[in-house]
Amino acid sequence: MATIALQDLGKTYAGGAPAVSGVSLDIADGEFVVLVGPSGCGKSTLLRMIAGLETITTGQVRIGSRVVNDLEPAERDIAMVFQNYALYPHMTVRQNLAYGLKNRRMAGAEIDRRVAEAAAILEIAPYLDRKPRQLSGGQRQRVAMGRAIVREPAAFLFDEPLSNLDAKLRVTMRGEIRQLQRRLGTTSVYVTHDQVEAMTLADRLVVLNKGRVEQIGAPLEVYRQPATVFVAGFIGAPAMNLLNAAREGGAVVLGGQALAVAAPPGAGPVVLGLRAEDLHPASPGTPGALDLAVTHVEELGAQRLVHGHVAGQPLVAAVTADLALADRLALGLNPRAAHLFDATSGRRLA
Amino acid sequence: MVERRPLLQAAAHLVLILGVLIVAFPVWLAIVASTHPQEAFQTGLIPVWPGSHAVENYSAMLGQGLSNLGAPPLGGMLWNSLVMALVIACGKIAISITSAFAIVYFRFRFRMLAFWCIFITLMLPVEVRILPTFKVAADLRMLNSYAGLTIPLIASATATFLFRQVFLTIPDELMEAARIDGAGPMRFFTDILIPLSRTNIAALFVILFIYGWNQYLWPLLITTDEGYYTIVAGIKRMAEAVDAIPVWNYVMAAAVLAMLPPVAVVILMQRVFVKGLIETEK
Ligand SMILES: Nc1ncnc2c1ncn2[C@@H]1O[C@H](COP(=O)(O)OP(=O)(O)OP(=O)(O)O)[C@@H](O)[C@H]1O
Ligand SMILES: [Mg+2]
Repeated sequence: MATIALQDLGKTYAGGAPAVSGVSLDIADGEFVVLVGPSGCGKSTLLRMIAGLETITTGQVRIGSRVVNDLEPAERDIAMVFQNYALYPHMTVRQNLAYGLKNRRMAGAEIDRRVAEAAAILEIAPYLDRKPRQLSGGQRQRVAMGRAIVREPAAFLFDEPLSNLDAKLRVTMRGEIRQLQRRLGTTSVYVTHDQVEAMTLADRLVVLNKGRVEQIGAPLEVYRQPATVFVAGFIGAPAMNLLNAAREGGAVVLGGQALAVAAPPGAGPVVLGLRAEDLHPASPGTPGALDLAVTHVEELGAQRLVHGHVAGQPLVAAVTADLALADRLALGLNPRAAHLFDATSGRRLA
Repeated sequence: MVERRPLLQAAAHLVLILGVLIVAFPVWLAIVASTHPQEAFQTGLIPVWPGSHAVENYSAMLGQGLSNLGAPPLGGMLWNSLVMALVIACGKIAISITSAFAIVYFRFRFRMLAFWCIFITLMLPVEVRILPTFKVAADLRMLNSYAGLTIPLIASATATFLFRQVFLTIPDELMEAARIDGAGPMRFFTDILIPLSRTNIAALFVILFIYGWNQYLWPLLITTDEGYYTIVAGIKRMAEAVDAIPVWNYVMAAAVLAMLPPVAVVILMQRVFVKGLIETEK
């Protein structure tokens, strides 16, 4: 158990643009932190710097009270779960679990005890004498987790551990990882590009974009108060509607029409963010309502997503499935649910 | 190709049978010839069916040899060949697997240069560099010794290249997992890399054993002492006897005996061998 502190961490690969820059983050003991962002944003690089698999260009990593910049991965007291499991193909499950302990010269009896315990927790005891290739993807993933927990490390590092599993299994394993982490209370850093996975697992989210931190916060906080246009568009499904608008005299103006959304004083272009689920049908002609020209409808069962245009800009609204649809749909909006961002900096306004 | 047409199948079988006959016929002739008395060859025709002198011929070759023709009893020569083939095969594998390990997993200055230097030696087989190699071996007093028979042949670019390819197919994540599991480079090598290339090692062993066994020119040059003669060079000496009629029955008996060890190695290691050539799953 330990805290992890990243201080102004940066990585530049030989002959490349910075892959990660200026990341500072304090992870509390036992906390589950998820690094999320689009492909290529530097999540894996950041995680691998914590693990010691990648050298650190600038900044400092502390695990517990030690600065670990110059320590080998094995000396950092961390365990990692890889996307492709990285099980040793020629060893049985038991040997896979025991290998790291044997290298640390642990006594045989203690190894057996820990392997048995991990196998019981993960329900892999029946497969202990099989080779990895005789296991299904989900079972391999459990073994990979087992290899991490037998070590009883200060921290778990996960690099997209579920992305090779099918959708249903991913949901189950997601729940199991979360429960397991709560139960063991081990500090964890988890990398994913899947924002649903990120939302459901995290105590705290770190949203990364192009190697920089966009926002750090609890999942709901990030969802409700996205700090930048990027976070607003990335977190939440369907993605938040982002409309180019202007503010004039304390109101937001879209396509020449003033909306019932208060804007902080000032003038100029803004980005108006509206979640699909915050839009609701209104009677036509309601002042401040949006007039959606419907193009197509996606049925999701419980609700339907209505796609269309407002003032020439694409917009999606989530409505109940029993609503009768015409070519045009008037949409009311809850003024509190509107997000306003500065059009140039992308930062949240108030 | 899952065609199931009878005509096609018959044709395929015909081609295969022809192939087998073409390959097997000379071997058959050698075996037949080794069972006849010496007079059987004076007509200039080679007999096609086995004769009755097998026991005499083989016991003569194993017992006395043909010392006047540069062929001591075969036992010693077979032993020399075996030592030579084994040392060459094992030595080549040991050296090439470690150099491939260095080239793939370590970042050092001039790494690619080292790799290309090794690679270029592919263009310099023993036959090409035989004179300088002989000079070096002679200066190092390696004539008429097992060291002289084997060491100059041990370096192998082919095997290094092969192991490099094998290592490149092993995912990096495996190396990283081992690093996190506290395995240093040497432990990673012995615990992970070697077991994972086991079948490749076996396949390579078969190929290299036969390569070593079939060496002809180099042993002919480097050995002048009967005690270090190898069987393949020995057969050549017998067959090229000056001022004498070649004793074909004896030569063929020696040839058949010389065939046995490589055949045994192939048969024993056939399963791993084929697996090593086709296996892709890592
Ligand atoms: N070994 C490397 N050498 C040079 N550049 C690299 C290397 N590894 C990664 N990069 C670059 O660094 C950036 C971040 O890569 P990284 O692997 O951390 O992305 P990621 O967020 O994990 O993406 P993904 O979700 O696709 O795994 C990318 O632009 C990538 O091209
Ligand atoms: Mg990645």
